Amino acid sequence: MKNNRILKEKIIFSFIKMAAFFSAITLVLIIGYVFIRGFKVISWQFLFQEVQQRDITKGGILQAIIGTIYLGIGTFFIAVPAGISSAIFLNEYIPDTKTSRVIRVAIRNLAGVPSIVYGLFGLAVFVQFFNLKTSLLSAILTLSSMTLPWIITASEESLKAVPFEFREAALAMGATNWQTIKKIVIPHSLPGMITGSILGLSRALGETAPIILVGATFYCRSLPTSVFDKFMALPYHLFILATQHAHPQAHEYALGTAIVLITIIYLMSLTAILIRYHLRKKKNA
Amino acid sequence: MPKKIIKTENLNLWFANKKILKEINLEIVENKITAIIGPSGCGKSTFVRTLNRMNDLIPSCRITGNVHYKGKNIFSPETDVTNLRQNIGQVFQKPNPFPKSIFDNIAFGPRLYGEKNKDKLKNIVEESLEKVGLWKEVKNDLAKNALSLSGGQQQRLCLARTLATKPKVILMDEPCSALDPLSTAKIEDLMQNLKDITIVIVTHNMQQATRVSHFTGFFLMGKLIEFGETKDIFTKPQNKKTEDYISGKFG
Repeated sequence: MKNNRILKEKIIFSFIKMAAFFSAITLVLIIGYVFIRGFKVISWQFLFQEVQQRDITKGGILQAIIGTIYLGIGTFFIAVPAGISSAIFLNEYIPDTKTSRVIRVAIRNLAGVPSIVYGLFGLAVFVQFFNLKTSLLSAILTLSSMTLPWIITASEESLKAVPFEFREAALAMGATNWQTIKKIVIPHSLPGMITGSILGLSRALGETAPIILVGATFYCRSLPTSVFDKFMALPYHLFILATQHAHPQAHEYALGTAIVLITIIYLMSLTAILIRYHLRKKKNA
Repeated sequence: MPKKIIKTENLNLWFANKKILKEINLEIVENKITAIIGPSGCGKSTFVRTLNRMNDLIPSCRITGNVHYKGKNIFSPETDVTNLRQNIGQVFQKPNPFPKSIFDNIAFGPRLYGEKNKDKLKNIVEESLEKVGLWKEVKNDLAKNALSLSGGQQQRLCLARTLATKPKVILMDEPCSALDPLSTAKIEDLMQNLKDITIVIVTHNMQQATRVSHFTGFFLMGKLIEFGETKDIFTKPQNKKTEDYISGKFG
């Protein structure tokens, strides 16, 4: 009887250990594959020169890098304020009403909509209805709509984590709702909101499907000069190189592009961690 | 005739369908200490939270009857609830300083009302901490996080934070139940020294009521059973239920 229990323990433990290792190994394999195969093409030329359409080995991917960065900055400044404000409205002003429940269910479902469908939505609404054409702006708005539910959900979670006693204490001293939010609730939940936002944003920047439909293009002669220009982006560049390009070295250049994309996204995650660390330290000083 | 600062008239209160307070008629005398005693669940905390409208935070709460503060109905649409709460401060059962510096905790209230002058804020902080006897203990640590203080210090800080808003009334909801006897004694001393502030204290501890209060109200199952001067309530209660409770037969 006793041996049986111990045996069971061992089996279960080795199983969950295997599962944990499996995820770690998957990550190592992906990164390893991408870096080993793509590392050769990384150079100053690759990072800082414009794409040569005739021969991809003669130029870089500057337009795609800048396009993705513009996309990230634009989405950050639209989706983060909108997402955090929505979360505050839902959680602080109408925490448990029919309206808030309906909105919340809508947001949960929105988070599950496939990204290509956001592309179709962006095409119909921003490109056609608002007549923004296929442009950087349309893509920023499309990615903003896509990240919004993630940002709202993450922000709501960190707002919920603010202890009720803090709000109660502030209100009992005669603070208005907004003063309580500004002085107590937001400072307490900001690290979580920023982290959630940046992680949502970094996921969005890796998306290919939605931006193809609303403004990304495989080749631009120059960098976008206004938000109404078409633009290049890393994931789409990668996709074309990997699937539709005739150059014999296209696959390596696709993996090189992947390294740049992964690095940008990891740098963003790192920023999120640093911001959270910094704000926590400030809070506990 | 002593002046009455708060007056309740036929106050009834429900949370959803549960009736918590039943026909409460009670008058609080200005600048005196009134203790509210009674067994758990009798509605005493809910009662004091009605006086500064903190029950507004509970969506299912419904109230009939009136509460007058300085002759004005606190439920009337003209009442500015933030103003009411500035005048009627509250100290909670569990010390709840903000996760900010000691200075920012005390300066929180004055800043809410628009005080930006650093010297004035410094004066208010010193004065408030002095009143609760914390100044000597923390004057060199004003920038330290308030959560690093001990429980008793935190509760005195919360009292100082409330005093900094210059309230006329302070509601104390079992302010000592999480504290050791020494810290309790300090808080009780402070209450005695606040001569120009009306205090309403909810307490489980009948010795505390006799030690600190001038008036006592006994609540049972949502009703105010008896109200009077503390010495009368504890020496010659008029109601059999009050007598049973204070002599320890139940509760």
